[in-house]
Amino acid sequence: MNLRKIREAVIERGIFVSGITSIIIVLLIFVFLLKEGLSIFLSVNPLDFLFGEFWYPISEPPQFGVLPLIIGSLFVTLGAAVISVPIGVASALYIAEIAPPRTKETLKAGIELLAAIPSVVIGFIGMVTLGPWIKELFGLSTGLTALTGSITLAFMAMPTIVSIAEDAVTAVPRQYREAAVAMGATKWQTTWRIVAFAARPGMFAAIMLGIGRVIGETMAVMMVTGNAALIPHSILQPVRTLTATIAAEMGESVQGGEHYAALFAIGIVLFVITFLINGVADWYLHRTTGK
Amino acid sequence: MNVRTEQRIAFTVLFACTLLVVMPVLVVLAIIFAKGYTALTPEFLFGMPENGMNAGGILPAILGTLYLVLGAIVFAVPLGVLSAIYLVEYSRDNAISRLIKLAIVNLAGVPSVVYGLFGLGIFVIFLDFGVSILSGSLTLGIMILPVIITASREALESVPRSFRIVSFSLGASRWQTIRHAVLPHALPGILTGTILGLGRAAGETAPILFTVAAFYLPALPASVFDQTMALPYHLYVISTQVPGIREDFRFGTALVLLLLVLLLNLAAIILRTRFRKKKRW
Amino acid sequence: MSTHIAVRDLSIFYNDSCALKNLTLDIQRNEIFSIIGPANSGKSSFLQCLNRLNDLHRGFRKTGSILLDDMDTGAIDVEELRARVGIVFALPFPLPMSIADNITYGPRMHGVRSKARLDEIVEQSLRDAYLWDEVKDRLDSQAMNLSGGQQQRLCIARVLAGKPEVILFDEPTSGLDPISTARVEETMVLLKERFTIVLVTNNVAQAARVGTRTAFFLMGEMVEVDETRIIFTAPSDPRTDEYVTGKFG
Repeated sequence: MNLRKIREAVIERGIFVSGITSIIIVLLIFVFLLKEGLSIFLSVNPLDFLFGEFWYPISEPPQFGVLPLIIGSLFVTLGAAVISVPIGVASALYIAEIAPPRTKETLKAGIELLAAIPSVVIGFIGMVTLGPWIKELFGLSTGLTALTGSITLAFMAMPTIVSIAEDAVTAVPRQYREAAVAMGATKWQTTWRIVAFAARPGMFAAIMLGIGRVIGETMAVMMVTGNAALIPHSILQPVRTLTATIAAEMGESVQGGEHYAALFAIGIVLFVITFLINGVADWYLHRTTGK
Repeated sequence: MNVRTEQRIAFTVLFACTLLVVMPVLVVLAIIFAKGYTALTPEFLFGMPENGMNAGGILPAILGTLYLVLGAIVFAVPLGVLSAIYLVEYSRDNAISRLIKLAIVNLAGVPSVVYGLFGLGIFVIFLDFGVSILSGSLTLGIMILPVIITASREALESVPRSFRIVSFSLGASRWQTIRHAVLPHALPGILTGTILGLGRAAGETAPILFTVAAFYLPALPASVFDQTMALPYHLYVISTQVPGIREDFRFGTALVLLLLVLLLNLAAIILRTRFRKKKRW
Repeated sequence: MSTHIAVRDLSIFYNDSCALKNLTLDIQRNEIFSIIGPANSGKSSFLQCLNRLNDLHRGFRKTGSILLDDMDTGAIDVEELRARVGIVFALPFPLPMSIADNITYGPRMHGVRSKARLDEIVEQSLRDAYLWDEVKDRLDSQAMNLSGGQQQRLCIARVLAGKPEVILFDEPTSGLDPISTARVEETMVLLKERFTIVLVTNNVAQAARVGTRTAFFLMGEMVEVDETRIIFTAPSDPRTDEYVTGKFG
């Protein structure tokens, strides 16, 4: 009896320590990014960093303006959103409201598998199939462009959008549908005007999370967008995103140097952006489930 | 327009969109299988790379990925599951614990490359583990930690409160209640989430770029302080960094990686469907 | 007759709202002490205080004391207390395991390991709850598959397996049909020979049928306590009379 209590006290202590450790790790991520990244602002003004038009980290003197990278991320992300949001929302409605149960299970499993494909594999496929195709279609010198990135990433955002939007649609109370059908609405009218309307906050959250996924995507985007750190003027030009910059340049930067710190500072920017996006999405999700 | 026609058109459009989402899975699988299966020879799977990766096999990359995933499991699974138990069963429901839960949910959305930065900063440099399997495993472990915590939390929270009350009312202690009345029913959910997290760890490249991955290392690692090749990074290297690699080698590597990740995910899906059928409350 | 549970000046609070005010009460050994009263009268809060199940509730606080055999319940190890003072809930909550495992849950948690001993406990408890004949051939099947009435008697057997002195019944038949209710009531009356029973019920007639003594709670206060016969025929407080004759509640 007493032995049991001692054992339980040990286990519970372990649980407590684990909980604290996880919390500390969360804090550490923050601390380390700041510690390594903030020093760039000793030599570069934060405004020049965010809005500087030139990213020449290894020229002499180096220039650390991330605007081209931010615009690169924005181009790719907006492009991906334009493609994936309508398609994602439509298929969420189809899967949640229209598909027969067996089809529904199969489709959901398929979407989960799509989400599971490693981004390096998707990037590889985008590079060897989509790239040449785009090059041919638009008569470009390279097929690795912002558009190629947008299409590739659209497919990576879709599983997130579809599965979360589908949850939101499924969570709409049955009574809404029954009331609409009782008043003579067709299934489609009910689905579109009542159910989709009622599920708006959840769908919004789904879109936000999908966009969050796209902004954070690294490998695929690095492989298909051509990696030119210049402000693009067209979606058919190569671009370089925030994530790809870190992945491509960290290996060459000198530890503790300015370039190194600048890459960490980009990490901070990404961290903040994704935290904001997820925070907003979470808030919308809880608004729907809270009632 | 007739409402029936309108409905038919609308449903067709929705169906087409759904196909557009699901088709890429099949297309990607088909392309990779078609072009990659010829590479799957014993020599390719179990051989060392030779001749600048244009001959031989990818054994170091396969083993490296397995080591990394194993390391991530050892670190993240106990820590994640115990943390979830702490959050659900022990912590009080106040502003601080809600903040922690929110932070953990949001961490799951932080880009993997940021985890790579963190791993570089803390493990490689600050703790001086160097570019090594240890650093890489810990980085991947920390990346999947939020996934495991969130899945475990959801699994624990889905166990009805009545089970806990009954267990307490029969004189069980808090730990006994968790161990005998809660965990057995949360286990399938925890396992599913964990496997999905591992699938993610196996396929990620960005977090291992600066923490462990070796460009070309035709030898097996001898200790956790060695560098290693890994499948996702190897695929990246041979498809973008080194020109002129044989096509079947590139697709073959992609196929092996894809199979590994899809198998893990398939296992999770099967586990979950079976559990749903068995569930009685 | 001797006092088994002595309640002294007990008040119960949830956050700042008071669920029960200044209750003083003696519960005798081997009686069925029934508590009647409308919703929010504090009767269930009082019941769950007896085995400190309320401790799990956020914001719960109590003043005053409860003595079990002259020992303050706060001074007894809580796990031991809950084994000594068992509770049967309004809804049957079988755990999702076999019938036998449900019964042996408490004893196993308290360190009983021997298979033979556990088998003995299963049989004895099920016999005492008058369920043995119905389930003896399927002890290893899922408890969730039993009917509602059987599940409730299983929950009684599960409490008996812990060798309690006191059994608390928290509206134990509110989810059952009349026939199952009758069986549970019969069981209670037979158990009275060996246990002290505290019964909280919404069903006034149930208290009249089985109660040795009955207390009437209203809005967190005990209005009256007396022999069941007196409560139902000649109560001293007009509110009791109105409640038992169905004028409100």
